[in-house]
Amino acid sequence: MFIRMAALALALAAGIASAQDTVKIGFILPMTGQQQSTGKQIAAAVRLFQQQNGDTVAGKKVEVIIKDDGAVPDNSKRLAQELIVNDKVAFLAGFGVTPAALAVAPLATEAKIPLVVTAAGTSIITERSPYAVRTSFTLAQSSVIIADWAAKNGIKKVVTMVSDYAPGVDAENSFKDQFIKNGGQVVESIRFPLANPDFAPFLQRAADAKPDAIFVFVPSGQGAAFVKQYIERGLDKAGIKLIGPGDVTDDDLVNGMGDAVIGTVTAHFYSAAHPSPMNKAWVEAFKKANNGMRPNFMAVSGYDGMQLIYDALKKTGGKTDGDSLIAAMKGMKWESPRGPMSIDPDTRDVVQNIYIRKVEKVGGELYNVEFATFEAVKDPVKAAKK
Amino acid sequence: MLTILFDGIAYGMLLFVLACGLSVTLGLMNLINLAHGAFAMAGGYVTVILVNRMGVPFFGALPIAFLAAAAIGVLLERTLYVHVYRKSHLDQVLFTIGLVFMAVAAVDYVMGSSQQFVKIPPALQGQFNAFGVGVGKYRLLIIVVCGLLTLALQIVLMKTRFGSRLRAAVDDQRVARGLGINVNLVFAATFAMGSGLAGLGGALGAEILGLDPIFPLKYMIYFLIVVAVGGTSSITGPFLASILLGIGDVAGKYYAPKLGAFVIYTIMIVVLIWRPQGLFSRPAAR
Repeated sequence: MFIRMAALALALAAGIASAQDTVKIGFILPMTGQQQSTGKQIAAAVRLFQQQNGDTVAGKKVEVIIKDDGAVPDNSKRLAQELIVNDKVAFLAGFGVTPAALAVAPLATEAKIPLVVTAAGTSIITERSPYAVRTSFTLAQSSVIIADWAAKNGIKKVVTMVSDYAPGVDAENSFKDQFIKNGGQVVESIRFPLANPDFAPFLQRAADAKPDAIFVFVPSGQGAAFVKQYIERGLDKAGIKLIGPGDVTDDDLVNGMGDAVIGTVTAHFYSAAHPSPMNKAWVEAFKKANNGMRPNFMAVSGYDGMQLIYDALKKTGGKTDGDSLIAAMKGMKWESPRGPMSIDPDTRDVVQNIYIRKVEKVGGELYNVEFATFEAVKDPVKAAKK
Repeated sequence: MLTILFDGIAYGMLLFVLACGLSVTLGLMNLINLAHGAFAMAGGYVTVILVNRMGVPFFGALPIAFLAAAAIGVLLERTLYVHVYRKSHLDQVLFTIGLVFMAVAAVDYVMGSSQQFVKIPPALQGQFNAFGVGVGKYRLLIIVVCGLLTLALQIVLMKTRFGSRLRAAVDDQRVARGLGINVNLVFAATFAMGSGLAGLGGALGAEILGLDPIFPLKYMIYFLIVVAVGGTSSITGPFLASILLGIGDVAGKYYAPKLGAFVIYTIMIVVLIWRPQGLFSRPAAR
């Protein structure tokens, strides 16, 4: 008995010693299932970040652990528990879909561990835990901007089509409010199921309402299926424009969608075609490390998630308690491949430029080419609450 | 309105080709094969590999998908299914659902879990307008192919010697054997046929239903509803049931998008309350 106790004490001591030298980051990502592309992009970006910036910061070795939750919230929660209790991670990060982030938020609060959201885009996530910060985007940011743009560019009648879950509802509501405020008309709002949607009947319904444009939100990865049906139904030829947050013309997929998507106008925070030298170098490096895969907005969010974590560790001088880290993250500013960005000190949400982009052919490939910039956009949902 | 009807019929036809193999094995061979969707998935992935990676023309890939799924069917029938024919239905269910999970994991490992799209020829893309009805070319193809298959299937089962042997083998195996019918061969051929049809359905349906590794689980419910609503004694029953469900599903999503996904379940419940044996079924013979 005594020997066993001693062994246990030794093991614990060893554990503490190693914990002091290493900082572990637990990424919970959908590496399988329908949201797989999100996980792949973020994981690739995280690897790239460590290649470029090394794996030591403020004298500590940074170890990244990636766990696959398949975008199922139950799994996310279980994996988060394991990461907190067994692996003693200092950060939780990732979260491909909103429900996954919401499932983990209470655990982050309880364990006082920063929750770095690098994908999910529903506004409320950062309100669910004082330890939640975000480096991706909120749906409202781009939906409000595109509503302004549409109203100014001769679009009067719109049908909204969104995936029926939190970010879709966010996108629909923020677009609708803003568009109606600008004198536009939303003739119909269609929500379709998130899992395995057959878009055909919904698109037919939208087409029969004869709008000037369809406002669409589908999660990253489903855009190709949507656009395919949009073209098959002949909506492009009927002069119905496609607008929305940039998820539908995801950089990962847009090149495979065919020439019919040319001219689709979206508002988003990142395009692989963003014309800054930093982005060009970054896209080059990303492609080189990943067999030619084009980075999308998920990749850049993952990359900036790592940037934020590294910068926070530098600022605290290697202190890894949640409160100092979150305090360090608040108000942090840096230059990202997407352009300038910062963390809002009040809401811990991302503040960034939103670009209006149009799908065009550049050098034989389809890209979202930016043509207008709205600077330092805060999450409009939270701004409206004040 | 007519466009919705057209889309619904195309969807129903597709469901029928996917599910008729199940109704044959269940109704005629008295085997509950929940792994049926796995054969459809096999056909779909064979087409994806052939068309997208090896550049085989789409129409050339369809028969290969049929043959590949049929070949896998025969192989599994001879090695695995043959042992469960005489087992209880519960054993059959457990066995075949196990196969489904293995198929899902295997495909996930080999092909990745993102959705796959078959590159269909440009001639089949888009819609044309016939008498004010928007007709999707690809959906028209599905209706034609599936309609022909249904006819052929009905003729084979009802008019040919093979059909009568099959029905004899099902009704009374011992007597059929006594009459010199090679029952094992007949069963293997039937199973292969059913799997092949599923494979063809998977190949045709990849474009519309979407193809990913959880395909057999996602559509298992649809197949079972077709068989439950249609009854298993003939192929006319499942055929009409498929059309009914196809139209119901598409129209439901169109007219009541909020309830759309539940319409087919409502249809199933109503039909089963009204006719527990299925729409077109003789009273239980066994």
